[in-house]
Amino acid sequence: MDTFDTFLQQLINGLVLGSIYALVALGYTMVYGILGLINFAHGEVVMIGAMVALAVIQALAGATLPGPVIVLLGLLVAIPACMLLGYGIERVAYRPLRHAPRLAPLITAIGVSIVLQNVAMIIWGRQYISFPPLLSPDVYSIGGASITALQIFIFLLAAAIMAGLVFLVQKTRLGRAMRATAQNPEAAGLMGVNVNTVISTTFIIGSALAAVAGVMVSAYYGLAHYYMGFLLGLKAFSAAVLGGIGNIGGAMLGGLLLGVIESMGAGYIGPLTGGFLGSHYQDVFAFFVLIMVLVFRPSGLLGERVAERA
Amino acid sequence: MKLSGQFISSLVVATMLVAGCSKESAPPPPKADTAKPAELVVKIGHASPLTGTQAHIGKDNENGTLLAIEEANAKGIVIGGQKIKFELLSEDDQADPKTGAIVAQKLVDAKIKGMIGHLNSGTTIPASRIYHDAGIPQISPSATNPRYTQQGFKTAFRTMANDEQQGKMLGEFATKQLAAKKIAIIDDRTAYGQGIADEFEKSVKANGGTVVAHEFTSDKSTDFLAILTAIKGKKPDVVFFGGMDPQGGPMTKQLKSLGIKAKFLGGDGVYTPEFIKLAGDAAEGAYGSLPGVPLEKMPGGIAFRDKYKARFNKEIQLYAPFCYDAVNVMIEAMKRADSVEPAKYLPELAKMNLNGVTSRILFDEKGDLKGGAITFYQVKNGKWEVMETLGGAPAEPAPAPPAAEPASKAESKDGDAMSAGYK
Repeated sequence: MDTFDTFLQQLINGLVLGSIYALVALGYTMVYGILGLINFAHGEVVMIGAMVALAVIQALAGATLPGPVIVLLGLLVAIPACMLLGYGIERVAYRPLRHAPRLAPLITAIGVSIVLQNVAMIIWGRQYISFPPLLSPDVYSIGGASITALQIFIFLLAAAIMAGLVFLVQKTRLGRAMRATAQNPEAAGLMGVNVNTVISTTFIIGSALAAVAGVMVSAYYGLAHYYMGFLLGLKAFSAAVLGGIGNIGGAMLGGLLLGVIESMGAGYIGPLTGGFLGSHYQDVFAFFVLIMVLVFRPSGLLGERVAERA
Repeated sequence: MKLSGQFISSLVVATMLVAGCSKESAPPPPKADTAKPAELVVKIGHASPLTGTQAHIGKDNENGTLLAIEEANAKGIVIGGQKIKFELLSEDDQADPKTGAIVAQKLVDAKIKGMIGHLNSGTTIPASRIYHDAGIPQISPSATNPRYTQQGFKTAFRTMANDEQQGKMLGEFATKQLAAKKIAIIDDRTAYGQGIADEFEKSVKANGGTVVAHEFTSDKSTDFLAILTAIKGKKPDVVFFGGMDPQGGPMTKQLKSLGIKAKFLGGDGVYTPEFIKLAGDAAEGAYGSLPGVPLEKMPGGIAFRDKYKARFNKEIQLYAPFCYDAVNVMIEAMKRADSVEPAKYLPELAKMNLNGVTSRILFDEKGDLKGGAITFYQVKNGKWEVMETLGGAPAEPAPAPPAAEPASKAESKDGDAMSAGYK
């Protein structure tokens, strides 16, 4: 394996990880774009998605269905479960506080996050839950780098979902209503847009993406845990900020970029610093890039409208 | 299960009663020791992570300790003319050094007479000062970092070979038995993971091997692709991981998905059924080590495994036999000193020489196990199988070879899928 192959492999690792970050980051950025609120409970929605899907998958693991069908069924149960959860969170924790000072919904967001973690701990226990070996472990090679069928699938599915989302926001009636609400909720309401419905729909779509991301993460790493949403949520939030929070294209770009930076950082920081810094600086490296971007471009790579939000 | 457990314990009580009666008749008793025996309650402390990512191993430690205490109570031990009832006080240290020190103080305040624990080196070392200052003997069943017994505390013991011993033999195993020239190391930056990885690295170098990479992760990570890719470029023959099973399992899986052909080797932290569950098919062929002699080869080893199964309806995870030995050694010292007072029985503990279920328990002047043996295991057909035992003086070997249990249907299916998967 020569230098180029190693580079290619790190790129593949980074893009797959990044596409998962991007899916989660979209949930943060959509809510922020419309409400100006950072939904810190979003990482926990990802975790619940993974847990619900795994519960279904484990129940069906003994059945004679082919592996991918079982995983798909798990996903099909997890998506509506998360949609319901996302709607519920908005209805219970954010809507009553819509006109409260901005700090209040931020605190309820953290509260919801803690509640969800503990509920998941009570239901599913404290141990790692392993993902049954249902998906084919086939390894393909591109040059000297290897890629699994699952990695290809994760990347393509994430890309397809993101393309669908862009279409939804740019080309449909609902998308127009969302963009109008984002620009000015009151004016949009006067023009006949049902603002509450639009906000609920935004949460529901974001949660569906979270469910998909949750299943991807647990299938990819082969495990799920009640605490898994915390770090993932934090990374995805950073990705959203990196790309420009509130900007859908920015979340995708930020996610992919953060994934690649992490992967390259872990792989190359040792050789680049002559062994002075090692791979335990992986996360430091990713956040260092984030800080640099924010110092020189405070609204993120693709963000423009952040400053005008009230 | 519960029924049979009760049955066994009542049987034990019955035999003890018979034995007790015959003893009673022999010496003319100035004070009849069973007349109105005022039971003396002796509290034994225990701490391990009972929540969080290592909860499965922590609970296993608690079970091993509890089993030994229940057995001792069933025997009706008499020390200093008083019938003793041992009571287990178990605390959750969350594998966190700060919490470890807090629960240690709590146990000391509860007036425990002896301490079994903690599980992790990271919690055992800071807690050991608290037990030492209170003069309470502490036996850790599983803390393997050398520093634990190098602090000059007379109260600190362990029933498992330390990382100097284990890391050294792991290094010999990698370079000799596995004939590896190029070796990559990953550690999780905990007291245990870093300690064993460093000892392993020293030993590999001493045995003529080359360490081509030393990468790092944390005890909370799940993504190792980036560091494994960096390792792949160095073409190692063996990848060694210093850490526990929640990382080791997924790491093995990712190793295979990157098409790395190197053999996977870990210390005692990965020698668990959980590791195989998390790694899935990729676990096949992985190597792990555990200080001590395989249970099957020890007198009383198989009996212990059956008793554990009958009492808890679960298989042993990892360190339960070491906890069981730790309790028995402590109680034996109390019996020999004829006192439950720490200051009185501590010298007897230091002089201990007893056959446990894991090995012969004999402490050196620091409290480390003398001549601790290390056994190597490999995953075959979805199960850890004994390969060989290095070092140490094994106790009398059992006549019967280890009974190989038939692999279940699911496992053989996994085996097939795996041979189809890698080409």
